[in-house]
Amino acid sequence: MTDAAELRRRTEEFLAAHPPATTDRLDFLRARFDAGLAWVHFPQGLGGLDAPRSLQAVVDAELEAAGAPDNDPRRIGIGLGMAAPTILQYGTEEQKRRFLRPLWTGEEVWCQLFSEPGAGSDLAALGTRAVRESGGDWVVNGQKVWTSSAHLARWAILIARTDPDVPKHRGITYFVCDMTDPGVEVRPLRQITGEAEFNEVFLTDVRIPDTHRLGEVGDGWRVAQTTLNNERVAIGGMRLPREGGMIGPVARTWRDRPELRTHDLHQRLLTLWVEAEVARLTGERLRQQLVAGQPGPEGAGMKLAFARLNQEISGLEVELRGEEGLLYDDWTMRRPELVDFTGRDAGYRYLRSKGNSIEGGTSEVLLNIVAERVLGLPAEPRTDKDVAWKDLAR
Amino acid sequence: MSPTSTQPDLLYSQEEEALRAAVRDLLTDHCDAAGVIARVETDAPHDLALWKMLADGMGLAGLLVPEDRGGQGATHREAAVVLEELGRAVAPVPYLTSAVVATEALLACADAGELVEELASGRGIGVLAVGLHTAPGAAFPAVRLEDGTLHGELTGIADAAVADVLLVPADDGGLYAVEAGAATVVPQTSLDLTRPLARVVLDGAPGRRLGEAGPAVRRALRAGAGLLASEQLGVADWCLTETVRHLKDRKQFNRPVGGFQALKHRLAQLWLEVAGLRAAARAAADALATGVDTDVTVTVAQAHASPVAVRAAEEAVQLHGGIGMTWEHPVHLRLKRAKADSIAHGTAGAHREKLADLVDLRAP
Repeated sequence: MTDAAELRRRTEEFLAAHPPATTDRLDFLRARFDAGLAWVHFPQGLGGLDAPRSLQAVVDAELEAAGAPDNDPRRIGIGLGMAAPTILQYGTEEQKRRFLRPLWTGEEVWCQLFSEPGAGSDLAALGTRAVRESGGDWVVNGQKVWTSSAHLARWAILIARTDPDVPKHRGITYFVCDMTDPGVEVRPLRQITGEAEFNEVFLTDVRIPDTHRLGEVGDGWRVAQTTLNNERVAIGGMRLPREGGMIGPVARTWRDRPELRTHDLHQRLLTLWVEAEVARLTGERLRQQLVAGQPGPEGAGMKLAFARLNQEISGLEVELRGEEGLLYDDWTMRRPELVDFTGRDAGYRYLRSKGNSIEGGTSEVLLNIVAERVLGLPAEPRTDKDVAWKDLAR
Repeated sequence: MSPTSTQPDLLYSQEEEALRAAVRDLLTDHCDAAGVIARVETDAPHDLALWKMLADGMGLAGLLVPEDRGGQGATHREAAVVLEELGRAVAPVPYLTSAVVATEALLACADAGELVEELASGRGIGVLAVGLHTAPGAAFPAVRLEDGTLHGELTGIADAAVADVLLVPADDGGLYAVEAGAATVVPQTSLDLTRPLARVVLDGAPGRRLGEAGPAVRRALRAGAGLLASEQLGVADWCLTETVRHLKDRKQFNRPVGGFQALKHRLAQLWLEVAGLRAAARAAADALATGVDTDVTVTVAQAHASPVAVRAAEEAVQLHGGIGMTWEHPVHLRLKRAKADSIAHGTAGAHREKLADLVDLRAP
């Protein structure tokens, strides 16, 4: 049994053997993985020690105090948050050994090839085809969209249709796709903000060896649930101080710029301030429930709440700025690696937050999920359940 | 594991859940909807037998009072749980008025004496003679003190009809205890049938000076406002739960009505707002108990609670369809309570205005 004291001892030993000040960053990260201190809840030999997930904080605190380099987790969020848990659960021993170490160290960036122009909320209707050749390997053709980091990625997690003759959920298979394959073309997808955080990915006769399949043929929808459940954990889980979210910049502008104030804006600002504070408390309550081991259904609602609040607050902020609200900081097409809500002007926040009610599950779909899974109301009528994918309306 | 010291404890402890279960059991047995509807049309809308069970039997009237003054030595967190359940059942008992508001006023007074224990034990019901609509920190009327007796009229006094003692602010700045028998209490026809108001007329009534009215009323109304959010949570949660239950049962167009997406989305939205209210109400109860960040937390809770509880009740009436408009169905009691609560201890707007000062977001 690995406890906090044992982990602290192992971390200290590791730091003594690999002093951060004199160790090359990549060497340090590789050694940390090999010592089982990367993600302690992973198995031994795969960067972990089979320890409780909560004990990772012990290791991180020790390493941070020693000034150790990290693996820049925001840059490789899709690999860490989505690909890794899926590979761990469904990968072969060979796949786990090949992929997890460079994924964690950041040597290999991952992206996610799930959404398509014709398959957004109805992801299971996806049409990218993977056809098996006589040798057992696969040839993939199709188009994916809203892919962040595709232009930086070495690998992708990919779901594709392998059997169009069965109902949509049953004919999908999950693969690891090599982004350096000559059939992969990545084009930036410019958004309403002017920049391109995301890409379109065109797949033309991309070859995938059968050894890069994750899970059974036709079982890809179930495998993808592991990926998607981890996405929902990642979105909406941050801890905020009062005025820590989008309300912060508006409140500061209000205080600093008395000449912008009107009575109407004042009423709306106070209303939104209260709602932002209540949303923050709701998120805090959710975290306290998780810590106490009583997970509540509030999680499903947090993304809904923050999407609406971000949109309303940023809309108010543009209006508050009056003449300056007519301006925009910069329409230059860029490819940022990270979303930065605070480093840009109100107009950017207003436009970017429009995506908050779409990405990671639209607010309309999430309301259905709350109604059905939390309140137990009847599910939507299904007309596609027993219909072969090839016969669906499109 | 307890949350970090900078964050309020927003959960319910095991003891608080046990308290909730005990109160709910009692209300299930002794406060059924048909009985409440019948009672509120009589001359005695308050249920004093139920009050005796809560106050005397369970000792709940003394939660906020220290043990050495005859109370239970509990905190606002436990009182908030009691109010959630009383709100759910719209129980016509003077808990908020006597066990919270009047008790807090007495605890702030140097010369309250035996009155604290009388209220804590449930032997007596006390009511602060300040209109229910008054926000914490707002001005309130005082009666005249002439030749040692009190003269004047106060309106909108909740639960005054069942009070044994009235706590009356006078124009010398003092708070006076007046025996109910020495005052004329005239019931007012009230929107909220389960928390009726009354006019209090004093015509040379003798009073005993308890202490300074200003700080006592401020403390009493702040606690009342903060814990009212828990009552509003109880009302809203009942409305949501009962509406979901009804819509799973009710069939039209050969389907349960709750399967229509237009209604599912409305209920999911309402659930989200009630989840927010639960966090805000818990924060307010905890802040009153710890004294940390109390003014802002109470004000946020009241600014949020009133519109949510009213919306929950209005949605419940609409989504129950025709049955929701009948006198027989108990949803109207919640609508009336929710609407009255949205004015009680200050409207959401009044609390937002107060917040403007508290968090430095000043008006133009």
